[in-house]
Amino acid sequence: MNILIENGRVIDPGQAVDREATSLFVVAGRIAAIGEAPAGFVADEVVDAAGCVVCPGLIDLGARLNSIEAELAAAVAGGVTSVVVPPDADPPLDEPELADRLVHRGREIGKARVLPLGALTLGLQGERLSELAGLKKAGCVAFSQAKVPVVDTEALLRALEYAASFAFPVFLHPQDHWLSRNGIAHDGEVAARLGLAGIPVAAETIAIATIVQLVRDTGCRVHLTRLSSAAGVTLAKAAMAEGLPLSFDVGVHHLLLTENDIGFFNTHARFQPPLRTQADRAALSAAAAAGFAAICSDHTPVGADDKLVPFAEAKPGATGLEVLLPLTLKWAEQEGVALSAALARITSAPAAILGLSGGSLAIGAAADICIFDPEAEWQLTPEALKSRGKNSPWLGCQMSGKVRRTLVGGRVVY
Amino acid sequence: MHNPQLNDRGELTHLLSTEGLPRAILTQILDTAESFMEVSAREVKKVPLLRGKSVFNLFFENSTRTRTTFEIAAKRLSADVINLDIGRSSTAKGETLLDTIDNLCAMHANLFVVRHASSGAPYLIAEHLRRIGRDDIHVVNAGDGRHAHPTQGLLDMYTIRHYKKDFSNLRVAIVGDILHSRVARSDIHALTTLGVPEVRAIGPETLLPKHLDKLGVHVFHDMEAGLKDCDVVIMLRLQNERMNGALLPSAGEYFRHYGLTPQKLALAKPDAIVMHPGPMNRGVEIHSAVADGPQAVILPQVTFGIAVRMAVMSIVAGN
Repeated sequence: MNILIENGRVIDPGQAVDREATSLFVVAGRIAAIGEAPAGFVADEVVDAAGCVVCPGLIDLGARLNSIEAELAAAVAGGVTSVVVPPDADPPLDEPELADRLVHRGREIGKARVLPLGALTLGLQGERLSELAGLKKAGCVAFSQAKVPVVDTEALLRALEYAASFAFPVFLHPQDHWLSRNGIAHDGEVAARLGLAGIPVAAETIAIATIVQLVRDTGCRVHLTRLSSAAGVTLAKAAMAEGLPLSFDVGVHHLLLTENDIGFFNTHARFQPPLRTQADRAALSAAAAAGFAAICSDHTPVGADDKLVPFAEAKPGATGLEVLLPLTLKWAEQEGVALSAALARITSAPAAILGLSGGSLAIGAAADICIFDPEAEWQLTPEALKSRGKNSPWLGCQMSGKVRRTLVGGRVVY
Repeated sequence: MHNPQLNDRGELTHLLSTEGLPRAILTQILDTAESFMEVSAREVKKVPLLRGKSVFNLFFENSTRTRTTFEIAAKRLSADVINLDIGRSSTAKGETLLDTIDNLCAMHANLFVVRHASSGAPYLIAEHLRRIGRDDIHVVNAGDGRHAHPTQGLLDMYTIRHYKKDFSNLRVAIVGDILHSRVARSDIHALTTLGVPEVRAIGPETLLPKHLDKLGVHVFHDMEAGLKDCDVVIMLRLQNERMNGALLPSAGEYFRHYGLTPQKLALAKPDAIVMHPGPMNRGVEIHSAVADGPQAVILPQVTFGIAVRMAVMSIVAGN
């Protein structure tokens, strides 16, 4: 099947391509050419992308797929062609068979690619190692504890040693168990005012310091997920400057919101890690703008009833797959980040973290493509979302940037 | 930001917190309470302001004393009072908070007095009432988690005004477990709104929230320094479960450093008043000689509390 995508602004941050009104040619599921048609190309299907941006499909470094069909449909509706799935499902993804089933189910549904993270330890208990090699063989792209801290530092050391033996990357959410277990909001002015138990920044920095030291000792490749503080960014950047095999990401909501958005106990502004101060938000934003951090949705569908409860009882997180692109665009506009640089944070940067060849429109690469109208406005309502998760601090707000078409492996899936 | 306590005309429709309320509304509540003081001294202690209205006391957390004061206040306003011991009924059967509220709305409630262990629960209820279009039902927060206890804060303001007349030249110290205290937060916001120039918080760092200074409070770890020249000393209750553990080594050490003794009180102004929201732990946060001494106004606080709660209920739900 040959597809011609014509008249679009083709942006491929990985290759520094940004060309107005250009044609992109897809042959047999792969990118065949940009600009000039390959010899003998006859289009079976023509997609008019006038007024639209044509870029690599988005790679989301963290999205929960509670109801997998709906969430994968939401992914492609949001231009996301690869979804990294954390292992905190029910049951946790700690056996090769479970990973195998998830990957298989993803293929069957045939929307976005499913890239599972295997549980680093059995049941995410932080005690006994999972069968990492078996999970890898079943399709896990890396290992993780989701957001469950490993309390026992020796267990963490052993896990990183073992993962390093096989050169498996590990995703870790840096949060000290003891300093975060009772907390609900950033330990700052808003928590003081509202009488909410605080999670200090030290919960993040202590965990990062521990992880960095263990990376130094083991050589394990570690990706830090969802940083929330300026001090955390400083530590992670210092470790990267030292040459350690470390990377990090930020949730898109943390680039735009602060503790003040909790207002009068708005449960949609409850996140894990918590939204912190304006200075923290600015540091996360600067790290992303300077190309240090990838951006992800941290998609967490939560039922309406789990948000219609007092703040401390509400489940943290927000729906993300369908707002990752518009919120990244909003951030870029607000912070004066070039479109191509912003798209890099959700395409080539996560691909590099995962060691994947995706996230690019290079000739010969799989044709995972997102076509979106950057000017199109739409209102975020529960009905506008395909995800089962209607939980968002942006409900009722106007979003700029609407996905028109999504291709995965050269198939139009949205 | 929309202030959920006020209606479109800027009038008080729910009392959820003393934070964000204009000084005029705080003063209106205190003035109204003053006019009710006389009612409690009458032979027939009733006014008809809430006649025919139903006040539901929803205590998701037990507190016989606070519930009783609201009940007395509502009855003096001629309201029908229904006490629901929620802890043992619906939520124990798995019903959500808002399902409970919907059911009570269907029973033609006019006013909910809510006590809940979670900070923000009364906001959730007020927001829900707005969403379902029941502007005719009002919420009074009787204490939510660590967040707010606005009627206690207001009765504290009433007490201070009664004894000190004017807020604009006072130095007020709040002593003890401010971190876990909804009373302290309500006092701080009310004091700063009413124009008290210096509010002090005294306690060990483990019992003080971070960034308390941002609420306009001066923090003292040394009680002697903090009490110096104060006009009002508000003591807070130390919960039993916090006396021995990671926050404090022992009740004895706490009393030695943060207990109010006659010697320490002597550092405040000679006419300083001593307040406590009750129930007191004698020998833990306050010495009996102070609690029973001439500067203590702890029992008048309770009397004023009835008038203040009458004022609040009549303002939000009166005709």
